[in-house]
Amino acid sequence: MSATPFIVLSAILFTIGCLGVLTRRNAIVVFMSVELMLNASNLALVTFSRANGNLEGQIAAFFVMVVAAAEVVVGLAIIMTIFRTRRSASVDDASLLKY
Amino acid sequence: MSLVPSSLAALHSGAPVVHAASADGVFSLLWLVVALPALGAAVLLLGGRRTDRWGHWLGVGTVAVSFLLSLVLFFALVGRDSGDRQVSQHLWTWFTAGKYTVNLDLLYDQLSAVFLLLITGVGGIIHLYSVGYMEHDERRRRFFGYLNLFVASMLTLVLAADYVGVFLGWEGVGLASYLLIGFWQYKPSAAAAAKKAFVINRVGDIGLSLGSALIFVTFGSTSFAVVSANADKASSGTLTAIGLLLLLAACGKSAQFPLQTWLLDAMEGPTPVSALIHAATMVTAGVYLIVRSNFIFSLTEDARTGVVIVGCITLLMGAIIGCAKDDIKKALAGSTMSQIGYMILAAGLGPAGYALAIFHLLTHGFFKANMFLGAGSVMHGTNDDVNMRHYGALQKAMPVTFVTFAIGYLAIIGVPPFAGFWSKDRIIETAFADNFVVGLCALVGAGITAFYMTRLMLMTFVTEQRWEPDVHPHESPRVMTIPLIALAALSALGGFLILNGWITDWLAPVVGTHEEKSLAIGALGMSLVTLVVVAIGIAIAWTFFGRRAVPREAPTQVSVFTRAARAELYGDAFNEEVIVKPGYTGIRGLSVFDGSFVDGIAEGTASAFGGMSSWFRLAQNGFVRSYALAVLSGAALVLLALLAVNFS
Repeated sequence: MSATPFIVLSAILFTIGCLGVLTRRNAIVVFMSVELMLNASNLALVTFSRANGNLEGQIAAFFVMVVAAAEVVVGLAIIMTIFRTRRSASVDDASLLKY
Repeated sequence: MSLVPSSLAALHSGAPVVHAASADGVFSLLWLVVALPALGAAVLLLGGRRTDRWGHWLGVGTVAVSFLLSLVLFFALVGRDSGDRQVSQHLWTWFTAGKYTVNLDLLYDQLSAVFLLLITGVGGIIHLYSVGYMEHDERRRRFFGYLNLFVASMLTLVLAADYVGVFLGWEGVGLASYLLIGFWQYKPSAAAAAKKAFVINRVGDIGLSLGSALIFVTFGSTSFAVVSANADKASSGTLTAIGLLLLLAACGKSAQFPLQTWLLDAMEGPTPVSALIHAATMVTAGVYLIVRSNFIFSLTEDARTGVVIVGCITLLMGAIIGCAKDDIKKALAGSTMSQIGYMILAAGLGPAGYALAIFHLLTHGFFKANMFLGAGSVMHGTNDDVNMRHYGALQKAMPVTFVTFAIGYLAIIGVPPFAGFWSKDRIIETAFADNFVVGLCALVGAGITAFYMTRLMLMTFVTEQRWEPDVHPHESPRVMTIPLIALAALSALGGFLILNGWITDWLAPVVGTHEEKSLAIGALGMSLVTLVVVAIGIAIAWTFFGRRAVPREAPTQVSVFTRAARAELYGDAFNEEVIVKPGYTGIRGLSVFDGSFVDGIAEGTASAFGGMSSWFRLAQNGFVRSYALAVLSGAALVLLALLAVNFS
């Protein structure tokens, strides 16, 4: 079975994730888009692993999942706190650090 | 210190050579003379308020013990053979640089001995007087600390066996005078006077430091022993240069033309300070320096001519200024300038005059301290008024001050047998023997001295009463009058030091001997001429101030000469025009250059970077999504670069 459709799917998913990060204002959606990009890269890693017949890509995918899980914990906590203090989950509102 | 073998010393026929025996016996206590006042100053200045209650007596005590020690040392010196009266004490090696070593040595010889007695004796009397004079000043302890520092510095100056050691004392005296002139620093005039004295002294200090440097370059050492032994080997040009530099130094410290302007302003200090500066310390330092450097000055006629000219100008300037001042202390200060001028003049006459300069310095120390303390006593009784136009008829209110002051007056104008007669008369005589014009200057100066001192005397103690309504003059306490009486006795009797030529013989081993030149009219004739001139001065003063009433306000319709004398002969205006204004202009130019050019470069660079960063700052807008876009474009760029590298 050819790897091409999987890679194409991965590219499509990554592009959607990118666009989501760049265009959406809601922090939760931005967050989901980041997850989408991570999963797109996971898909690519697993595909190449399978195509090359070794496990390195799959191990890297596990690492990405672990990091993503940790990121979700921290990121969601930050979003929660921002929402509580500012009553908004818009990333454009949280722009005070430039000062 | 006895670096010079006595055989080498014996080779000299000109100026005497310093070759001292090392100190033993009682002379090993020499260092204590300096150390005691220095210790007193340290305790008083570091001890703080704890020493407030007894501090002034400690100050008096240290100087008194120093005086007793000086007396013991003096008699021990008298007891030695006349050819063996130079003692040196090695304290420690101060510093070494290559082949150059400066030892902290003390040199005790006939000259230092006389100075030691004058400084600690008159200084001690002034200390005692200050106990009473400064009684109501809450910073009296600090005052005594400074006084002790002053005395210790001056003792260092006259005991040092090395030009570098002299410089140490020289600077110490400058510092102490600054602190004391500005003692009432809450008065802006006092603060300014202190600063002025310090700055003008600094000009003189340049002379001493350059002179010492030139001495070192020429002789490879700055100790008196080496320099005096080798002085005749140096070229006459070098010696003249050294002499003129030392003269500049003397001008600064001794308030000689053209560095004289600080002296009258220095009257802002408390009166005992004026007495100390004018009689025992400070202004005598310049005379000391020239006489001590006689081994240089004796060999250079040109430098001596410079010294004589400076002396002549100053003695006339000081006397003229003294004629016009209504401030009793300023009149006395002008008189000091004039009398120091006599000393410098005498010192410039060479071996014939060195001893006379020191003799006049001694007698002047007595009668000027006497009169300054007397002026302080008058001010003490008249609510610190210094204007003589507000005095008059004080002799009834202050009999002790009047009598002691009168003795000082008779001494300064040179009435026999008081001290000034002996010293000034000999200087005039020697000046005439040397050069008629110089002698004439000295003679005219004596006449003017008689005029302004009589004026001062009449306006203060005689004439009608012109007191302020709330002033009730009274005699000063005994702690102030006893010093006055002691000094008056010295002013009356100090001149007898010259009987039998004692003082000249005593100093001869230090300053050299000379052949007496006799005048055509003889010594007695010269004395008579001088006395006639003095009498004329007194008579003129009597017609102007004794027979007419003295107005309470200074007359404004006065001749151009009076106006010039009131303005201190435009010394300040001269400095202002010739030094200060061009200096200011130059500094303003430099400041403009610094502001426009140097700062322009520095600030231009800074503002260029500032402008650029304000552009870059716009990138930091705080929006996460724009940062994300930047990250993405960066990643894309890296990717493109990799592709370009891999597929090219």
